[in-house]
Amino acid sequence: MRSIILRTMTMYLLPLLLIFSVFLLFRGHNHPGGGFVGGLVASAAYSLYLLGFGIDKVKTIFRLQPIKVLAFGLFLAASSTVFPILFGKPLMTGVWYEHKLPIVGSLGTPTVFDTGVYFTVLGVTLNIIFTLFEDKE
Amino acid sequence: MNSILAMPVVFPLFIGIIMLFFWKHRSIQRIINALGSTITLVLAIYLTWYVKTSGIQCLYIGAWKAPFGIIFTADLLTMTMILVSAIIGFATSIYSLGTMDETREHFGYYPLLQIMIMGINGSFMTGDLFNMFVWFEVLLISSFSLVALGGKRSQLEGAIKYVILNLLSSSLFVVGVGILYGITGGLNMADLARKIPMLPNKGIVNVMAMFFLVSFGIKAAIFPLFFWLPASYHTPPAAVSAIFAGMLTKVGVYALFRVFTLIFVTDVAFTHTIIIIIAMLTMLSGVLGAASQMEFRRILSFHIISQIGYMILGLGLMTPLGIAGGVFYIFHHIIVKTNLFFVSGVVNELKGTYLLKKLGGVLKLYPLLGLLFLIPALSLGGVPPLSGFWAKYTVAVAAVEKGEYLALAVSLFVGLLTLFSMIKIWNEVFWKEQKAEFAAEQQTLRQLPKFKIAMMFAPIIFLAAITLFIGLNPEPFLNYANEAAHQLLNPSIYINAVLGGAQ
Repeated sequence: MRSIILRTMTMYLLPLLLIFSVFLLFRGHNHPGGGFVGGLVASAAYSLYLLGFGIDKVKTIFRLQPIKVLAFGLFLAASSTVFPILFGKPLMTGVWYEHKLPIVGSLGTPTVFDTGVYFTVLGVTLNIIFTLFEDKE
Repeated sequence: MNSILAMPVVFPLFIGIIMLFFWKHRSIQRIINALGSTITLVLAIYLTWYVKTSGIQCLYIGAWKAPFGIIFTADLLTMTMILVSAIIGFATSIYSLGTMDETREHFGYYPLLQIMIMGINGSFMTGDLFNMFVWFEVLLISSFSLVALGGKRSQLEGAIKYVILNLLSSSLFVVGVGILYGITGGLNMADLARKIPMLPNKGIVNVMAMFFLVSFGIKAAIFPLFFWLPASYHTPPAAVSAIFAGMLTKVGVYALFRVFTLIFVTDVAFTHTIIIIIAMLTMLSGVLGAASQMEFRRILSFHIISQIGYMILGLGLMTPLGIAGGVFYIFHHIIVKTNLFFVSGVVNELKGTYLLKKLGGVLKLYPLLGLLFLIPALSLGGVPPLSGFWAKYTVAVAAVEKGEYLALAVSLFVGLLTLFSMIKIWNEVFWKEQKAEFAAEQQTLRQLPKFKIAMMFAPIIFLAAITLFIGLNPEPFLNYANEAAHQLLNPSIYINAVLGGAQ
């Protein structure tokens, strides 16, 4: 059941949802949002595309192995916790870049940690969904 | 530069993550895992030396001062556990190279192993009760996967029992932590140790103590909460059950040692008497359970339980010698027990079974393997001059000093029965002739690749050497255990080290 409505809508929704997920990620530090929700929204975007076009098509636009994305996310998050040690501060202390950047806002290790969470969630969710769909087909 | 304290926790995490990048490359994972555990071992040795020479160390995570933030605290008991977990992690990594099957390696055996070691080390390091719960969950989740990995029927059956009882234990832990927080308004252990004696209502402190006793008791497999252990430990492959047998229950024992020397010491006459009674029953039920078993790893699993009794007995006595004996016992036991499971794995590799009835004649073919079994087995039974003798001796002397003659009698009797069980294994597996009808499926060592043989025997020889070293040279270890006991029995040292700046 590949509905034409879903297909057409997904073409527009996919980029919008991906942008929205990044927006959620950076908004997250002081407002509702964050890496976890952002990652879920991003994986929801790809899942929609999967429902519309099938597993093979998704793999042409998402070429990475989900487990590598997961590993990258974990690595980013874990690195952000040991980064402060370089500055002589204890593990997991927040280290901030003193100037504000446009769009992103303040940049610091918590942002990096959240980005890591984003990729971890994306990797885990897509790994599960891809596995389920591959078994079916 | 105290951030190095976090390394036994952070480093295995990084090894695990890096292995995820090589998900499809089995051989790269094997190399990274072996190298990584070697580095962890070196780190642990360095840290132990560091804490031994410069006293209790604290790491205030995120620079949040105690009692508000989470802290890592390393005293001598912590370092004992970290060191021994690094030794076992190293030995298991090497042993896995020789024995682990390809399917499990493909499905992330090595990353899971490292994450479990991270959880184990985290629960030893943390100085915060709720954080300890989090680390318990980390290690439990990965151990659940390790038990179930492979998906054989018996494995899943064992895994379900293991999961359900451990979840029950975790929920009791959270309930206890919740009540404790509601009453004292803090979860930092040093802070709790300061606040609890000032509580007006002593009764509720005992109630909370019992929550923790039951919760950690399930994890440590004390009487009557041990049923999950012999039901699940004999189902996964030998390498997995070896690290489980060595480390996981001892996380529970460590937690008991921590809270019942630091936090719940207001009513020792009540709580620690209960612990002594439980210790005696644990010893007896474990050893009697073992006597009725006829499967290699099930016998060993029941002996974990009886040995836990000795450690808890040391804690229950609450004298310097008793605690020292307990600490010494933990160290010796983890090494010996893991080694016995390694040997059982090798026997299984050769003969294709763990059932004593079907086994036999190993000594005639492989005298070296027999010797390597005898060292940990006699040590477990407490035969001098091996490490188990000194451990049992210390606990027994402590029991006499305290006037607990019943506990003394039980511990000696149990020692005898342990020896009986070990001799039973010796007779059935190594000594007797194997019945001809079971001899068909076996393979000889010569048929196995050289690399595999080396990787199987190296960790066994390594651990046996440690056992012999402790046994022939117990003085430094006993001194170390005495110092650890001194720290545990004087909570003010711990409290000052943690809250020194904040008081």
